[in-house]
Amino acid sequence: MPILSKDEAQTILKKVLSYSKADECTVSLRGRTSGNIRYARNNVSTAGSTDNVSLVVESGFGKRSGVATCNEFDEATLRRCVQRAEEIARLAPEDPDYVPLLGPQQYLTPVAFAQSTAGITPDFRAKAAADSIALCQERKLTAAGYLEDGASFLALRNSKGLEAYQQDTNLDFSITVRTPDGTGSGYAVADFTDANKLDAKALTKIAADKAAGSVNAKAIEPGKYTVILEPAALVSDEGLLNNLMYSLDARSADEGRSFLSKKGGGNKLGQKLFDERVTIYSDPLNAEAPGNVFDGNGLPVKRTVWIEKGVMKNMFYSRFWAQKNNVAPTAFPNGFIMEGGTQTVQDMIKSTEKGILVTRLWYIRDVDPQTLLYTGLTRDGTFYIENGKIKHPVKNFRFNESPIIMLNNIEAIGKPQRLGGNLVPPLKIRDFTFTSLSDAV
Amino acid sequence: MSSLAAGALFLPGFPGLGGNLVTPEQLLVPAADVALKKRLADAALNAAKSAGASYADVRIGRSLNQGIFTREKQVQNIQSTESYGAGVRVLANGTWGFAATNTVSEEGLAKAAQLAVQIAKANSKVQKEQVKLAPVKGHGEVSWKTPIQQNAFEVPIAQKVDLLLGANAKALENGASFINSALFQVNEQKYFASTDGSYIDQDIHRIWPTFSVTAIDRASGKFRSRQALSAPMGMGYEYMMPKAADKVAGPAGSDLVGYKNSYDILEDATAATKQVKQKLTAKSVTPGKYDLVLDPHHLGLTIHESVGHPTELDRVLGYEANYAGTSFATLEWKAKKQPYGSKLVNIVADKQQANSLGAVGYDDEGVKTKKWDLIKDGMLIDYQKIRDQAAMVGQNESDGCCYAQSWSDVQFQRMPNVSLQPGKAKLSVDDMVKGVDKGIYIAGHGSFSIDQQRYNSQFGGQVFYEIDKGKITGMLEDVAYQTNTLEFWNSCAAICDESDYRFSGFFNDGKGQPSQSSAVSHGSSTTRFNGVNVINTARKIG
Repeated sequence: MPILSKDEAQTILKKVLSYSKADECTVSLRGRTSGNIRYARNNVSTAGSTDNVSLVVESGFGKRSGVATCNEFDEATLRRCVQRAEEIARLAPEDPDYVPLLGPQQYLTPVAFAQSTAGITPDFRAKAAADSIALCQERKLTAAGYLEDGASFLALRNSKGLEAYQQDTNLDFSITVRTPDGTGSGYAVADFTDANKLDAKALTKIAADKAAGSVNAKAIEPGKYTVILEPAALVSDEGLLNNLMYSLDARSADEGRSFLSKKGGGNKLGQKLFDERVTIYSDPLNAEAPGNVFDGNGLPVKRTVWIEKGVMKNMFYSRFWAQKNNVAPTAFPNGFIMEGGTQTVQDMIKSTEKGILVTRLWYIRDVDPQTLLYTGLTRDGTFYIENGKIKHPVKNFRFNESPIIMLNNIEAIGKPQRLGGNLVPPLKIRDFTFTSLSDAV
Repeated sequence: MSSLAAGALFLPGFPGLGGNLVTPEQLLVPAADVALKKRLADAALNAAKSAGASYADVRIGRSLNQGIFTREKQVQNIQSTESYGAGVRVLANGTWGFAATNTVSEEGLAKAAQLAVQIAKANSKVQKEQVKLAPVKGHGEVSWKTPIQQNAFEVPIAQKVDLLLGANAKALENGASFINSALFQVNEQKYFASTDGSYIDQDIHRIWPTFSVTAIDRASGKFRSRQALSAPMGMGYEYMMPKAADKVAGPAGSDLVGYKNSYDILEDATAATKQVKQKLTAKSVTPGKYDLVLDPHHLGLTIHESVGHPTELDRVLGYEANYAGTSFATLEWKAKKQPYGSKLVNIVADKQQANSLGAVGYDDEGVKTKKWDLIKDGMLIDYQKIRDQAAMVGQNESDGCCYAQSWSDVQFQRMPNVSLQPGKAKLSVDDMVKGVDKGIYIAGHGSFSIDQQRYNSQFGGQVFYEIDKGKITGMLEDVAYQTNTLEFWNSCAAICDESDYRFSGFFNDGKGQPSQSSAVSHGSSTTRFNGVNVINTARKIG
């Protein structure tokens, strides 16, 4: 029963709420069914599927709160779960940051669920892996890839009358292709709400072309270069743009420990910090990269502009920090959209006299939170561009760069594409700082 | 893959507290009776064999976690979690299959076993290399327990909260702007059984106290942090009871203290606050070549990234190519017999070392754990391997380093404790510093990054001290060193003796798709590396 309908979920939640003796109580049900297949050395290595539904009960007495969870739904277990949350709450210390529960809210109608993805079978995954492996075998290359798909729901209800429900689906596919001698490597990655959009073969071909094209990479001196960063070089689990978006917390800025802190106190809201071509917003109803319409607290997620024409327009305010500062709280969206133009990566290469094309950045870690300086390396396809053409592959570089500096050094912004639930354009950046070479392929 | 996470975090990555949130008392409820677990395990093994498996193993796991989080004068969160279930792994048609269930009954486990066989048979159609398992003799009914002195879950929460708030108070009274502190405690109760005839009951404990102190100079807008110099350990609450014998003084002029098998959080919070204030006005480093003197807390991370990961055989063979990466230390590279490091460099893998995070009696495929050499006198001599990998490198024995983060995840090769052996000749840190003309002493692990084949790395730290003509002359800031793994280990010029040896470690090292986390320790003594490239990381953002 991993994916419950709105009525099924709310019926359980209503029952659980009726057991509550606390001053305030929030109950939520989350469910997810997901499957995956992993392959390497042109062989499937592991495959699995998991289903889980769990109930979370959060009970509050004054400023004390306690949370308990369970994943069985018989009446006795549900009652015990509520009792446990109340026991934990009674013993908890008072939380000075406690904010009373939200009342009923108005939400947008979610569009992030596709039946095609919810209905995926193991055969679908096996076929994607087989297609990808077959292409690599034909070209005498080695594939290592991973596909994971999932369908989820989240239902909330609280003792102040808040009621919320949404479903979503996702499919993530990534593929690394290497030459058998290990001298070339290429990568492609994509994610979708609708599984029907996956073309494993086409993505594998991109990675295979990059692998074959990156053999015999030449070493060039590290230094400041014009770079074309493909979306996978900007967004990943640890990408430069994700890291920038993670760092927009208002409380840290006001406390003086963020790049958004102002000398002498306060924050940089309203200041122009980036090139005027930089606009980043969230929109849960975007057709290409739809997101959740409420966050875990039940706050409605709406279209929100974070950076407009280079100016910091909004920061993340938790409900506590918003109340303290008398502003509206900010819901956490599950993606962002960076506005771009119409140029493809190929168009951007054509207009580049000298530069470096970067497929992917990897092992990105913060070096200095004061300036948002990060370090990391290029990987799986790095090429030298001269007079509008890719001239030859180059050895990988380590970079030390800040997304703030990067977004002030923009030469061109390409056509956004979906990655990691976001829409991200390729960027042409001048003076991107490479500090050393790596022999890694 | 969600893209926007909650705001800024001020502590190193917290391991996920998986499982159901429960009352603290639930963490003290004893594990299920061994006879019952044996019956359940047999149900899974029999069902797997009947369905056509040539081999099967089952892990019945109960994972207990507690995390306590505080900032300044307030408790932010206390979470106690319990997760209970079983995972069944089978070999059918020479192919692996795995299924997990939280229905811990004979029927539930039998069903999971049948599903695992079904998956194995389905995948065998696209399998080209048949799995070959290194032989393991059944151990019969055996048990192993982390030799703790005090179960951290038996210590009242109020006492643990008082200790964290006490550390916070020390920081605040010494002038810190902010402090976040946390205490993580883990108890893995694992029952493993396999068709080889092993029934292994294990009770594993880990603990990790940590904090981050921040100092802010409002006028200049500058802020700096210093994190705890504690290590996560395979110990009970005794780690939180400081003993003088476990304290190791840093070099003269540094006011640093390192910790062995017990930790003084109050002392460290006080020292951290004094140091973080110094960091605000410390001299910015001049880039160039320096001799580095690296303390064990710092060096553990460098060992982890530049020796631990490249010697994982799954990476070497290409199984991690799409995510964690491969390794420069391929079988062909090893055959060339080039030195990995200088002759002083001896690095061992060890799944038995007392108080370490990786210590267990048996790994997650029933192999008795051991200690073995990875690098001897500077030469790479072996890798880290499990049962289905040994044959691929012409060996017939697993090293016993197979691990799954929970009953619901499939086990695979994970890093054992990987440690640099101390120097054989007597050498103190002070004597080591005396011999350095132009150098930097680095303590604590900070920013770290390394490429997917483990050549090029960059490391920061928590505190940096300039060494000029054999003396520490003051604190430095904006320091990071960039190096190539082979150049770095070949520049190893001296290693302090055993009296300086202690652990660094990581609670949540990530690998695999879907990603799993594991805990691992790295022991070393303070070590000198000559002529390492240091960069200045300061930037202006307007």
